[in-house]
Amino acid sequence: MSTPVLDVRGLAFAYPDGHQALFGVDLHVHQGERVALLGPNGAGKTTLVLHLNGILSAHTGGHGAGSVTVSGLPVGKEHFKEIRRRVGIVFQDPDDQLFLGTVRQDVAFGPANLGLKGAALDRRVMDALERVGMADFVDRPPHHLSYGQRRRVAVATVLAMEPEILVLDEPSSNLDPASRRELADILRSLDVTVLMVTHDLPYALELCPRSVVLSEGIVVADRSTFDVLTDEALMSAHRLELPWGFDPRRIDSLPR
Amino acid sequence: MGAGHGHRLFFHGHSLVHRAPAHLKLLALLGFMLLVVATPRSWHAAYVVAAVLLLAVITVSRVPVTYLAPRMVVEVPFAIFAVLIPFIATGPRTEVLGVTVSEPGLQAGVALLVKGTLGVLASLTLAATTEPQDLLRGLQRLRMPDLIVQIMGFMIRYLDVVTDELGRMMTALRSRGCDPRSPRHWPTLARSLGALFIRSYERGERVHLAMLSRGYDGKLPS
Repeated sequence: MSTPVLDVRGLAFAYPDGHQALFGVDLHVHQGERVALLGPNGAGKTTLVLHLNGILSAHTGGHGAGSVTVSGLPVGKEHFKEIRRRVGIVFQDPDDQLFLGTVRQDVAFGPANLGLKGAALDRRVMDALERVGMADFVDRPPHHLSYGQRRRVAVATVLAMEPEILVLDEPSSNLDPASRRELADILRSLDVTVLMVTHDLPYALELCPRSVVLSEGIVVADRSTFDVLTDEALMSAHRLELPWGFDPRRIDSLPR
Repeated sequence: MGAGHGHRLFFHGHSLVHRAPAHLKLLALLGFMLLVVATPRSWHAAYVVAAVLLLAVITVSRVPVTYLAPRMVVEVPFAIFAVLIPFIATGPRTEVLGVTVSEPGLQAGVALLVKGTLGVLASLTLAATTEPQDLLRGLQRLRMPDLIVQIMGFMIRYLDVVTDELGRMMTALRSRGCDPRSPRHWPTLARSLGALFIRSYERGERVHLAMLSRGYDGKLPS
């Protein structure tokens, strides 16, 4: 098989205060896949995500072991810039991600840090905004947008860096059903590898053919999303629950 | 900058004053303030000239005085101080409207009031005619240290977020029977302000992580 876009091997990590969050995680994501990362609160999902672009690692404090490789490039201090271009993280709260005066400046922030300038930068910004359907809002201040619009702009800020893998932390949280569906349409339309951290299991089933369950710092399941959601023993052992009345077996057209 | 204006002091318009480059407006304001502050108290004519000049700029900017006047409440603490000076200062006494006050104190109070009013009105005019983003760019062009411009930018961006958060916390307090105005509940108020500080601090850390994730290396692209 080809080199995986994301290759995590035996990743373990303990915070400087001694709390150990990861106990040897193995995870491979290949080109073009959409994978859901499921798990209860406190399972270590966020810790894992912050390892993917080197924000957290044994070098930045704490104790760790194992390795993360992105398209063959090991995550390490020497090439943080390239790693952070390849791994685009969309954080949960768009207010954390949009910190400049206008949507344009915010979307341009990442590519400008990569050295893009002038017309090329402009094109990159408009292209990213068009992909999330927010091109008309380019000169608006982000804090005047609705929450769903801000979430989409946050996705654009990362798309503008042309990442090889898009990592989304709780993409559907706090969205109304229409915004949630619009975001799903956008994510489906993107031709990019996606790793999606979520508690929204129907969303995972809708968007991601494959799911990885993280619990207490280890991967306890890595199968098709349908299999995971219908494995009641696995689900209850790791505090995963489907919304009331939702049964994956009763849905006849599942995305594959 | 099409629709949607950043702050409550801005008055939308397309006048000459609105269109003037921000760094020139900043320099003009700074020069005006320095002159007003440095003018000796006895040069009454100079103050009249300054006031006429300022009013002329406001007229050209087409910002209604009724828009600026309510925003001048920010001066009230200074005004109170200025009004108190004649009563607490020493020196020869004089009588105004049947009240005996200190003469140098009276002069100092009036001068403070005049200088303060001119300064506040001039600053409000700048704020009413300049978008915050342009102001930041103006400061950048004036070679203000980059770090300070960045901090000011973040302040403008997160002012609304933090105010909203405070508003929600106050609503939650009120819903549980706490009246933030009553001194009896001030300890609670203090604790919730502490919590707000910690929340904002943590948000700062999250914003920093999000910036690092997009390749931040200490400089904001202009």
